[in-house]
Amino acid sequence: MNMLDLVIALPAIGFLIALLIPRAMDNFIRLFALGFSLLTFVVSLTLVMGFQQGAAGQQFVTNVVWIQNPEIHYHVGIDGLSLWLIILSTFLTPIAILLSWNAIQDRAKEYFAFLLLLEFGLVGVFAAWDLFLFYVFWEVVLVPMYFLIGIWGHDRRIYAAVKFFLYTMAGSVLMLAAIIFLYTQAGTFDYASILDQFSTGKIVLTHLQETLLFLAFFLAFAIKVPLFPLHTWLPDAHVEAPTAGSLMLASVMLKMGTYGLVRFCLPMFPTAARENAPWIVILAIIGIVYGALVAMVQPNMKKLVAYSSVSHLGFVVLGIFTFTQAGLDGAVYQMLNHGISTGALFLLVGFLYERRHSLEISSYGGVATAAPWLSILFLITTLASIGLPTLNNFVGEFLVLQGAAQANFTWAVFASLGVILSACYMLWMYQRVFFGELSEEVKHHMPELSLREWACAVPLIFMMLWMGMYSQSFIPIVSEQNAKILHQGKMSSPVRAMAAVQGVNNAR
Amino acid sequence: MPANFAPSSSELLRFSPELILSGAGTLLMILDPFFGKKMPKLFGHLSIVAFILAIFGALAANGDAGPAFSNLLIVDGFATFFRILVLVIGILAVLASYRYLDRENSETSEYHALMLFSVAGQCLMVASNDLIMIFIGLEISSIASYILAGYLRDDKRNNESALKYFLLGSFATGFFLYGIAITYGITASTKLNVIATALNAPGVSLPMIGFAVALMLVGLGFKISGAPFQMWAPDVYQGAPAPVSAFMATAPKAAAFAILLRIFMTSFQQSATLWEPFIWISALASMTIGNFGALTQTNLKRMLAYSSIAHAGYLLVAVAARSEFGTAAAMFYLAAYALMNIGAFGVIIHISGKGEKHVQISDLAGLAQKQPVTAALLTVFLLSLIGVPLTGGFFGKFYIFHAALKANLVWLSVLGLLNSAVAAYYYLRLLVVMYMQEPGEVTNSLEPLTPGLSAALVLPAIGTFFLGILPGAVLTFARSAAIFTR
Repeated sequence: MNMLDLVIALPAIGFLIALLIPRAMDNFIRLFALGFSLLTFVVSLTLVMGFQQGAAGQQFVTNVVWIQNPEIHYHVGIDGLSLWLIILSTFLTPIAILLSWNAIQDRAKEYFAFLLLLEFGLVGVFAAWDLFLFYVFWEVVLVPMYFLIGIWGHDRRIYAAVKFFLYTMAGSVLMLAAIIFLYTQAGTFDYASILDQFSTGKIVLTHLQETLLFLAFFLAFAIKVPLFPLHTWLPDAHVEAPTAGSLMLASVMLKMGTYGLVRFCLPMFPTAARENAPWIVILAIIGIVYGALVAMVQPNMKKLVAYSSVSHLGFVVLGIFTFTQAGLDGAVYQMLNHGISTGALFLLVGFLYERRHSLEISSYGGVATAAPWLSILFLITTLASIGLPTLNNFVGEFLVLQGAAQANFTWAVFASLGVILSACYMLWMYQRVFFGELSEEVKHHMPELSLREWACAVPLIFMMLWMGMYSQSFIPIVSEQNAKILHQGKMSSPVRAMAAVQGVNNAR
Repeated sequence: MPANFAPSSSELLRFSPELILSGAGTLLMILDPFFGKKMPKLFGHLSIVAFILAIFGALAANGDAGPAFSNLLIVDGFATFFRILVLVIGILAVLASYRYLDRENSETSEYHALMLFSVAGQCLMVASNDLIMIFIGLEISSIASYILAGYLRDDKRNNESALKYFLLGSFATGFFLYGIAITYGITASTKLNVIATALNAPGVSLPMIGFAVALMLVGLGFKISGAPFQMWAPDVYQGAPAPVSAFMATAPKAAAFAILLRIFMTSFQQSATLWEPFIWISALASMTIGNFGALTQTNLKRMLAYSSIAHAGYLLVAVAARSEFGTAAAMFYLAAYALMNIGAFGVIIHISGKGEKHVQISDLAGLAQKQPVTAALLTVFLLSLIGVPLTGGFFGKFYIFHAALKANLVWLSVLGLLNSAVAAYYYLRLLVVMYMQEPGEVTNSLEPLTPGLSAALVLPAIGTFFLGILPGAVLTFARSAAIFTR
């Protein structure tokens, strides 16, 4: 039992206790959930403290047999790739809970219990080192999110919740088939051992088998990312979910897909990944441009942010499939950046919604006069989202574009369009909401930020600045892990890797 | 060898579950005139005691495993697994019936006696090593079920259900018997292992074996409600009393799968090329018809009937794998399926009200707000039916598709898994109605759960989680039991 096990177990324990608390003690449930998630966050920070840079393999490993036959292990551990994603999950959960403090009055007990269950699943997904365990956590995440959208969402919540569930389910059953097939070949679900058998040539797949397996995994992850044209569940789910649901969905759950691509698709099926990269990259670039264009014409703020996610996640997928050090580093960093800045956008849009009870851009205007602090925080977040230097997204987008340019200059040209377009739609929305005539209605419904809202927003703004100005705190361990992945897949030629490392240093 | 006029004590022990159950059933009928009106619950209590005694009998018999009555019966791990499974189903069905029979003011003694006889027949089926014994067990089980399906004799739907079940069921057993006759004609034996040896001999007519196999598959296909012999299931399950539907969808089905596995994995193991394509097609057809049929249902019982056709399809995938692991996977799945299905029917019994007026999906509206615990229990069963991890249904599916992929049935596995994604849709509909709609008339006037029904919901829920979190124990037993003596 090490600290990582504790970080996985705490939310689950919290979930079970929350279920036992009587319904009438609403406020206590809120406090309990907040306290428990903060405790989890604090414990998860010990992982950062104890993380050894440069150590081979994963750290904080626990490996015990869960089921004898077929042998399934509870095997968890972290490396440079999963560490920050786990921290991201534990960091955002208390914010999501605090954010829902007043907004959720109906069936509060189940709501906060489901948020804790969601955290359990998310941390588990990023920590699992056994393919079967990974699948279990992957599915566990689905259940609380389904209920969060379906019970506490907006008008079309049921449609959105069912669509969300079925899309994910359809992808993941194919992944399950692929996992079982790998088991019949390798005789184990242990990821490290499977990789080992691939590299020593104990498992030899035919070309067709490798391609099909790659596609089965890829499809499950691509739906989750979501990659164009599999993205249609996302705007529905985002718009209909309660604010905290959108926050967790955008910030962490989408990363399950990109994490899966980096963690499983690349190292296990390098040949298939390289062969399929051209069309995947094209889809990613279409996603970048299409997402941005559609975001531009949205009258609904949440939908706008949702489509901007499609665009941003396109960058991540592009970065991954450049197979360059810079591209991969940028992709992973961009996962974290998107988690922080899009999370903050949903949070701030949620604040606006709680005041004015509308998500339509047209029902706002002149908010900057009524609530200047809210406007400033929104402005910082907007600028972060469009990639202003010194704010977090810049670093990630820069590295992705650099990686793309190394791999194929045309890709970088088209992808840069997304950066320009993001400035258009974000600033245009900002202008329409915060400047202009202040109508009477907005004036009367626009109080300044409360203490609770400050407490939600400040940590996120702080992280945007930190990650934008001193990426050195985060990137090296990611970079180290990515180098290993590229090496395993024999993907980056030494010269390119050297150039990429230099590029990283220059970017810093 | 000295003449043997009386059964030996170990033979009696190996036959003890059937003896206990039929003795108890007879006792119930005798007690009826004395206590029938005064203590209607007594009969339920007595039959639970009988089931528990029979479980002990089955366990004791397993401790002294071996053949009985000149090889007509064989007590092995496989038989014990299924005996305990059907006995547990019997207990859960009785627990779920208390409130129902009380609400409908119906006699309890015959009901419970018939259930005891039916389970006795199933215990006999699963422990038979001889086609004639299998047939006798099948008939005992079926005839009791026919009567149970029409138990509320003043109810039109009950009558329709019983008549349909009886007519189609007797045709099916007729086919099965014809199959036995032809097999006997080819091999001059009805003993499973003797048949296997005889079929291996050179010069056996292949078309005749094929004919016998086809006839048996028709009969068994009906009993397990596998396509294309599934048509009766929705009508019968809808019309029969809800606890009887719960029972019929689980115990006779489990026993029928047991004999399907035993016959085809011993006698016809060597002629697999003859029957495997049929199982393959039937599996795919059952999954597809079941799942797509369930999509549009508005009646809960009908929906579960279609879902049970789909689950028969998943089980047939395990049969098509033709391996010991496939057999073990089917055994595990049947246990998980029985628990989640009885649980789901239990909730229907709870909400349906007198005369089963409320069995529409919309009647569940807002259940989570009025009775959160009942809703949570049904959620567990539905998630298990979908196959979400940490429930028994997930591991069941996992083992089945694992066995199928091991046997290189790649396309069947992929189509089956995609089918289970389709299935998620109609189970989710119930969750939507329960959690995301406002309470309606039915849920507003719902009575609290009675102790018997609570037990019939909580025990399967615990079992579902047990199979979903620690499946090792049951699977290990199933794997050791899946090796037949040939």
